Amino acid sequence: MIRWLNFHFAVRKFSAINEMEDKVISPEKVEEAKLKARYPHLGQKPGGSDFLRKRLQKGALLSARNDSRYKSFANQLLEFSADLILCYLQKYFDSGDYNMAKAKMKNKQLPTAAPDKTEVTGDHIPTPQDLPQRKPSLVASKLAG
Amino acid sequence: MAGVAGGGGGGSNDFQWCFSQVKGAIDEDVAEADIISTVEFNYSGDLLATGDKGGRVVIFQREQENKSRPHSRGEYNVYSTFQSHEPEFDYLKSLEIEEKINKIRWLPQQNAAHFLLSTNDKTIKLWKISERDKRAEGYNLKDEDGRLRDPFRITALRVPILKPMDLMVEASPRRIFANAHTYHINSISVNSDHETYLSADDLRINLWHLEITDRSFNIVDIKPANMEELTEVITAAEFHPHHCNVFVYSSSKGTIRLCDMRSSALCDRHSKFFEEPEDPSSRSFFSEIISSISDVKFSHSGRYMMTRDYLSVKVWDLNMENRPVETYQVHEYLRSKLCSLYENDCIFDKFECCWNGSDSAIMTGSYNNFFRMFDRNTRRDITLEASRESSKPRAILKPRKVCTGGKRKKDEISVDSLDFNKKILHTAWHPMENIIAVAATNNLYIFQDKIN
Repeated sequence: MIRWLNFHFAVRKFSAINEMEDKVISPEKVEEAKLKARYPHLGQKPGGSDFLRKRLQKGALLSARNDSRYKSFANQLLEFSADLILCYLQKYFDSGDYNMAKAKMKNKQLPTAAPDKTEVTGDHIPTPQDLPQRKPSLVASKLAG
Repeated sequence: MAGVAGGGGGGSNDFQWCFSQVKGAIDEDVAEADIISTVEFNYSGDLLATGDKGGRVVIFQREQENKSRPHSRGEYNVYSTFQSHEPEFDYLKSLEIEEKINKIRWLPQQNAAHFLLSTNDKTIKLWKISERDKRAEGYNLKDEDGRLRDPFRITALRVPILKPMDLMVEASPRRIFANAHTYHINSISVNSDHETYLSADDLRINLWHLEITDRSFNIVDIKPANMEELTEVITAAEFHPHHCNVFVYSSSKGTIRLCDMRSSALCDRHSKFFEEPEDPSSRSFFSEIISSISDVKFSHSGRYMMTRDYLSVKVWDLNMENRPVETYQVHEYLRSKLCSLYENDCIFDKFECCWNGSDSAIMTGSYNNFFRMFDRNTRRDITLEASRESSKPRAILKPRKVCTGGKRKKDEISVDSLDFNKKILHTAWHPMENIIAVAATNNLYIFQDKIN
């Protein structure tokens, strides 16, 4: 979990006078002072919405996703990628490679060996079964061993 | 040395805990997938289920007591293991869905098969575990190897006979309850009506019928219209053990709400609100974080409930909302370490707690593979350690002590030497006997009380 340094919340108005009058400072307050010394920008409400929102979306770089600059960047990237794919596809079709590959597929006999499962580019037209699994074969739990 | 009892049968509270078994590998390098994420006994205590981060469930069964070996009080051996959940990917949000099993809850047994609910962050599954120890031989229409016989060649009829076979335990998913939670599921709880159950995520609680997978009722929704106004999340939820209309849910602000489903369809308004008043002058940056409740459990009697926050366990009387009736400090010495615990994220660890069968004792985990037990009657408490060093069969566990001051006595361990990577988050107590299961990272320890 990435430590969230909260720059957006206002710093709590700390009653310095009260603290000095309090002769016995609880260990919690001592720890708090230590934390504030190390992270002076740490906000007033740790249980506040930003902190909780992070908890709700664990695993993602969440703060950026709500930013409009991120959104417009993401859109531009998407458009650029789509354009790039179109260019490559155009070249692929124009060069005649596609027609050649199609012809090869038609002429192929039933394969004696299974096609190479790791090859997903080039002449081989991939199918969902050919793509590598997200995880290797699942191992049994060591508790059962 | 005096121990803390469960109320098994005997009246004496002075007894000792002994090591019984340990499951799991010994290697130093623990694979993430092997970390145990939940432990649960079934209603009879004969079955013990564990779930891990790899999405696997392992069920242990207690062996019948052997008259010729009176010392072995019924050991737990592997009964069944299966892959409950697999890693998934949410394409819309570009998020991985972990296969980690967050909770397992057994259904009460109604026939020869056993049923349990297991859940990860998004999907709950009902598993049926059944035994097969006989198979039929001598079919008329097919051969022994399964090939169909030509019906016109059959000249005589025979009655198939049942023959014994090696016991086979099969686990099959009977229901899959999916797509009902936007946020991460933290709790499931089977209702006392044995027909429904609830599932809770950070902001919502849903009510399901065990037979219906394509529909669930939303009974609690604390999501604010504007997410900027979010101040608390749901951390745990449980049905009352006897009243099928009552459930509770705890929050990250240290409060518990009891809801009655008879009062309205949407239980956003609580029937009871449990909160201990806080001294405003002692409030600090950490106050809210350490008050967040990580687990809530009803007592078997249904009269009390127990909550676990970062430093303590509290017992509440359901009839009294303004403060708990009992508070037990688990590891108060950590209060002066909150700054570093915040920095290494340990302050966010979610410890669970459990009652013994008679509600006379409670147990919860701590760091350094320590776990704590509190006897509610004698007010005695004990700290024990789950470690390979004290893992000789029937070895009596020695109480441990953490010293906070400067002078460390022999056998004490100082706060600074505690290993915060060895945390005991999940423990379970047999529903009737003094047998406990303690999950220490990737190992499962089983302890029993000493037999005389």
